[in-house]
Amino acid sequence: MSIEETTPRQTEFPPSTEFDVATDELLVNMGPQHPSTHGVLRLVLRTDGEVITEVTPHIGYLHRCAEKVGENLTPRQWIPYTDRLDYISSMNMNLGWALTVEKLLDYELPEKARHVRVIVAELNRIASHLIAACCYGLDLGSFTPYMWAFREREKIMNLFEEVCGARLTYSYITVGGVTADLPPGWLERCETFLQELDPCIAELHALLTSNAIFIRRTANIGVLSPEMAVSYGCTGPVLRGSGVDWDLRRDGEPRYTQMYDGYKFEVITETDGSYPQDEDYPPVPSAAVLGDNWHRFYVRMLEVVQSMKLVRQGMEKYRQTSDSIGKPVGIKQKLPAGEAYLETEAPKGQMGFMIVSDGKPVPWRVRVRSSSFCNLSVLPELCRGVLIADIPAVVGSLDIVLGEIDR
Amino acid sequence: MAEYLAQFINADWQWIVYVGVALVSCVLLLALVATAAAAFTWAERKVSARIQDRLGPTRRGGRFGWLQSPADGLKLICKEDIIPAGADRILFRLAPYISFCASFCVFLALPFADNWVALRLNTAVFFMLAVAGLEVFGTILGGYASGAKWSLYGAMREAAQVVSYEIPLGLCVLVPVMIAGTMDLVEIGGQQAGWFFHWNLFHDPFTFVTFWIFITCAMAGTNRLPFDLAEAESELVAGFLTEYSGFRWSIFFMAEYASMFALCGLGAILFLGGWNGPVPIGQWLVLLAPESGLLHDATVQFANLLGMCNFIFKCVAGVIFMMWVRWTLPRMRIDQVMTTCLKYCVPLASAMFLGAMLWTFAASVVVNARTEPPPSPPSTTAVAPRCYALQKTAREAEHGEEGNDGAGTRTSDEKGGRRQ
Amino acid sequence: MDVKLILDRLKQDCQRWITGSNLEALDPWIEVSAEGLGEVALLLRDAPELLFDMLHCISAVDYHEQSKKPAKGKCKGKDEEKELAEQSNNEPEWQPHIDVIYHLSSMVHRHRLVLKVILPRWKDGVEGQLPEVPTVSDLWSTANWHEREVYDLSGIRFIGHNDLRRILCPEDWEGHPLRKDYQLPASYHGIETR
Repeated sequence: MSIEETTPRQTEFPPSTEFDVATDELLVNMGPQHPSTHGVLRLVLRTDGEVITEVTPHIGYLHRCAEKVGENLTPRQWIPYTDRLDYISSMNMNLGWALTVEKLLDYELPEKARHVRVIVAELNRIASHLIAACCYGLDLGSFTPYMWAFREREKIMNLFEEVCGARLTYSYITVGGVTADLPPGWLERCETFLQELDPCIAELHALLTSNAIFIRRTANIGVLSPEMAVSYGCTGPVLRGSGVDWDLRRDGEPRYTQMYDGYKFEVITETDGSYPQDEDYPPVPSAAVLGDNWHRFYVRMLEVVQSMKLVRQGMEKYRQTSDSIGKPVGIKQKLPAGEAYLETEAPKGQMGFMIVSDGKPVPWRVRVRSSSFCNLSVLPELCRGVLIADIPAVVGSLDIVLGEIDR
Repeated sequence: MAEYLAQFINADWQWIVYVGVALVSCVLLLALVATAAAAFTWAERKVSARIQDRLGPTRRGGRFGWLQSPADGLKLICKEDIIPAGADRILFRLAPYISFCASFCVFLALPFADNWVALRLNTAVFFMLAVAGLEVFGTILGGYASGAKWSLYGAMREAAQVVSYEIPLGLCVLVPVMIAGTMDLVEIGGQQAGWFFHWNLFHDPFTFVTFWIFITCAMAGTNRLPFDLAEAESELVAGFLTEYSGFRWSIFFMAEYASMFALCGLGAILFLGGWNGPVPIGQWLVLLAPESGLLHDATVQFANLLGMCNFIFKCVAGVIFMMWVRWTLPRMRIDQVMTTCLKYCVPLASAMFLGAMLWTFAASVVVNARTEPPPSPPSTTAVAPRCYALQKTAREAEHGEEGNDGAGTRTSDEKGGRRQ
Repeated sequence: MDVKLILDRLKQDCQRWITGSNLEALDPWIEVSAEGLGEVALLLRDAPELLFDMLHCISAVDYHEQSKKPAKGKCKGKDEEKELAEQSNNEPEWQPHIDVIYHLSSMVHRHRLVLKVILPRWKDGVEGQLPEVPTVSDLWSTANWHEREVYDLSGIRFIGHNDLRRILCPEDWEGHPLRKDYQLPASYHGIETR
């Protein structure tokens, strides 16, 4: 099942329609409502018994015209719409949009705001990866890690509720900084949470990463070669799981990478046959092939540890800075004419925002480049020749959120 | 019991007694199965909750929520009866009941204590396995009759899985049957009387391993995780159960919990001594009681009652173990399930069978070598020999003695004897 | 590699297709004509010193009317205002158009580029006929879905695309919602939209 190069486009199999089925094949619909499609995704499977010959994803069930709405609201007013793109990691969505508009405005961010942004963005990355990893276990039938991960995520949501009043759609990071400073005692509670998270990660490794059945279900399935990953625009853990050493927090645009100035972290990918050895990670099983489901899952689990380090560093730097957290720009701030595009490393991949302005407070065009959109586009290639039971395994390993695919 | 009551009745009307007793047995068993199903749904929710670091039902019926199951049952009965438009109406209605009947009939031959069994069969093991295999018909019918592709997938997977796992299950069951020399479950249980090291589990290392293979095959045969792809929630929505709701769904689930209970019961009797506990309390009680009379009978039955509680405790422990495994491990794919069956379970079970057979043979040779012509008939009231071969020798010797005391014209002395 | 150098490299082979550029913008862009997009894209992807292996995004921006006011306020300075005023005086008559914007980057050389293709809003001025541009989905596979989205929402036809159908809107939707003159239909299959 390993796909070494881009398979040529199949011209003898036109995209499947409801009426075009060979007599010994079955056309099965994994409909918009399905427990394991991570949202309203419709997959039409052409199967020969249990073996899949073609998968056609149909999206658009969650299209809410966010980009059109963005042409009628000022950037600060549009921030809640970014929350609802990848609603699992809203902070990172807010961050991407805020940085893009700040790029257009050529805005200089105060130090303290920078550190607060790192803290909340990385905490949200932890939450997002916990959900990704453990919903993946749920798709494969392992219910318990899901509950344990949600217990930890609940603590993150409590922390965020203290900061901005919301549990899921935060609208906290805004153009010009953040909306409010961290409440007193928050840093201590955050530190307590990080200490409680450590043993939980070890438990999740025992239940999932090193579990023989989990490895049999994920290893050597959905193998994505690095060339195909880059060609399909896959980013984030999907790209790093194929062995490509690329992380925008280190390799991106200066306006984004300067947010992580002074922070030390490892980019999690397999280089020269091994992952970073800065912590005690479970070993890679022999059955796992680089670019398969297991590696994508593993990258996420390891990135949680890296994010914990970043949060700790952020808290330390926050304590040492005596700056202000800045002030958000005016809500009807006039934007200079021009275009700005910026990509940030969101938990699911590279999120890009483009703003085109003609000099008015309301932008002329808003464009969202969704990481999950590109990650999902590689699904038909990954799913040729797998069994039906592997479809949730592959979809889960891509970690998609329909909110940002459909916008 | 039927014979006991039939004594008092005229020969022509004795059939009424038999029918009556059969009805009583069925009603008792049905009550047990239904209660077990309700109790196990509650236990499943509590066990899964505790494993997942939460509480489970805590509102209905006090702090432990034990009334949750009856409440759910009531809700299910009151639900709207939905049959999909494309479903085969008759088969759709019939399927749950086939499953349930098959599950329930298994209990007919399952003894709960010494001679406390609805139907005493000398091929009880065979009967139980055969009838348990009929449950898959209900599943296939249910999946096919639902008229949906996902249900069909679930049904086909189920058929392949259950039928395949009957082979290693049968092989595992053969080991204690061979050790016991009989398929009568009452006798198999009786032979394990005494302390826990008399259990078949500790008879030899091969039986020990066989027990764990048996547990694995039992989980596969009852569609429990990691083998639950017939109802794999995350892939097939609910597999063959997708279109079932309300009372029919609850019948399917009762069937599932009933077969879990039955297979755990079978395992308990075959490997874990059945109603004979780790500690032979029942035997001590009987020894303390007078030799004969009503008090003796009452004490024996009371010991049986304790044995039954012991047996049910073992069954429940087995079911809770299955639940524990369910909430820990991920699910296996159909081809991995079949690989596990054909490439691992079957050869391993066969190897264990061979090993147990050789061990038993070797043990009997050693014992026979030690017990050269016994000076007096071996006592059968002492600890019963666990090996059938030894029992046979003991029985033959006993019959030979009786023959001598009898007519006198024949002698059982094999090495010759007086000739007339 | 600096954008100026990239432009020079492109001009070596594809001079005739380059129709404009703005190297001082926040994201410097190079404008190419629709006919030459295929050749330019191939060069960008395969030339050893360019190696743009990742296509991040394809977007379409609809300029259906000229914006009335120049930028004020947070502008870089009064000089730029004067420059803009001069430009608009010297510019040829402004036409409504759609920009198709390609954001490219190279992981190897760590440089980024924006490619623009300016298309008329309707092909040959006939309203309803979608403007056309060659596809790049045979060069970067990610373009497959991005071009479907641009077709769906902004009404650009990509020639050579193997499966150009709507992706976000339902298959039988009419109109291209992100166009500035788009009117929401009153109902869709009997469901009132307003």
